[in-house]
Amino acid sequence: MKEDFEIDPKLLEILVCPLTKGPLVYDRANQELISEEAGLAYPIRDGIPIMLVEEARPLGDDEKRTRRLPQP
Amino acid sequence: MIAPACGLFDRRAWLLHRERAARLPAVDFLHAEIAARLLDRLQDVGRSFSRALDLGAREGALSRALLKRVGFVVAAEPARGFLALCAGAKVAADPELLPFAEKSFDLVMSNLVLHWAEDLPGALIQIRRALKPDGFFLGAMLGGRTLSELRTALLEAELLEEEGASPRVSPTAELSDAAGLLARAGFAMPVADTETITASYPDALALMRDLRGMGETNALQARRKSPLRRATLARTAALYRERFADASGRIPASFEILFLAGWAPDPSQRKPLRPGSARHRLADALGTKEIPAGDPARSRNRRRQEGAP
Repeated sequence: MKEDFEIDPKLLEILVCPLTKGPLVYDRANQELISEEAGLAYPIRDGIPIMLVEEARPLGDDEKRTRRLPQP
Repeated sequence: MIAPACGLFDRRAWLLHRERAARLPAVDFLHAEIAARLLDRLQDVGRSFSRALDLGAREGALSRALLKRVGFVVAAEPARGFLALCAGAKVAADPELLPFAEKSFDLVMSNLVLHWAEDLPGALIQIRRALKPDGFFLGAMLGGRTLSELRTALLEAELLEEEGASPRVSPTAELSDAAGLLARAGFAMPVADTETITASYPDALALMRDLRGMGETNALQARRKSPLRRATLARTAALYRERFADASGRIPASFEILFLAGWAPDPSQRKPLRPGSARHRLADALGTKEIPAGDPARSRNRRRQEGAP
């Protein structure tokens, strides 16, 4: 069902973490927008990003490690 | 991490009231009227826009109207029940914690949501940052004289029926603060003005039912957790009628609407000239003789000179 509700790419382009205003990583498989800085994952439900801090999932320690991208 | 805001308003209660309003039969006369007035004002600006944000979109009336004239419109709304009714790009967002990158829009509009902001200057700063240079912000919020009749009746009823009164209607911004707030938030050419809309109701209970339908009931943190007593409610309705009812027995409810407008600064915008930089004398333009009007700096100098030996 998830594929039926793709997030609008133009919207995805301008979204940032509401707390830190830092960048988000789009996790397509889990339909989440991840803010590394805030340690939060914002859910996307039916293609609608839920950018509410109260509804964000705190990232686990292991997630933070594995998601960190290698620095160039 | 920043702690979730807590203070004047109970955010959870506010959001619950808003979600409830989305489920109840629509009471949208006020929002529809203000949306129409905001669109009129936008028309008067005589500019075209390509990327707009509707902040606090509710059921999406304003953003649907914007979609007809703006290519890309984002509806931002915290209540999921409302969001489901919106069209176009939508995002669940707190009006006080904007999830948008800098310079994302050239137009931000907001219809009757910012009076709920706990930190209005902070919200305005975030709006200004989300705007591109020379981008336009146009919003409406409820002003300080909103529901003044209801406030009076409630306060008196509580004093008469109960031991003391508790805050029941949220404090709101005043016109005199508003333009200054916009300027401090970094907006160029800030403008604030008010319009009053008076609705007519059969009685105070009907008004309160409508307020619930709008999601505009009391969300004050300091509010008493127990609901209004039946006796207090009856007394409120009686006092409201006694003080304010017209000849036919209907009661007025006034909503003061505070309109805010401002531009994200851009070098192309006109700025006031530096004082003293005029190249022509006003007296010449008026064809009159210049009469020096006690310039405080000059008279001070003169006094000093006169006092010198």
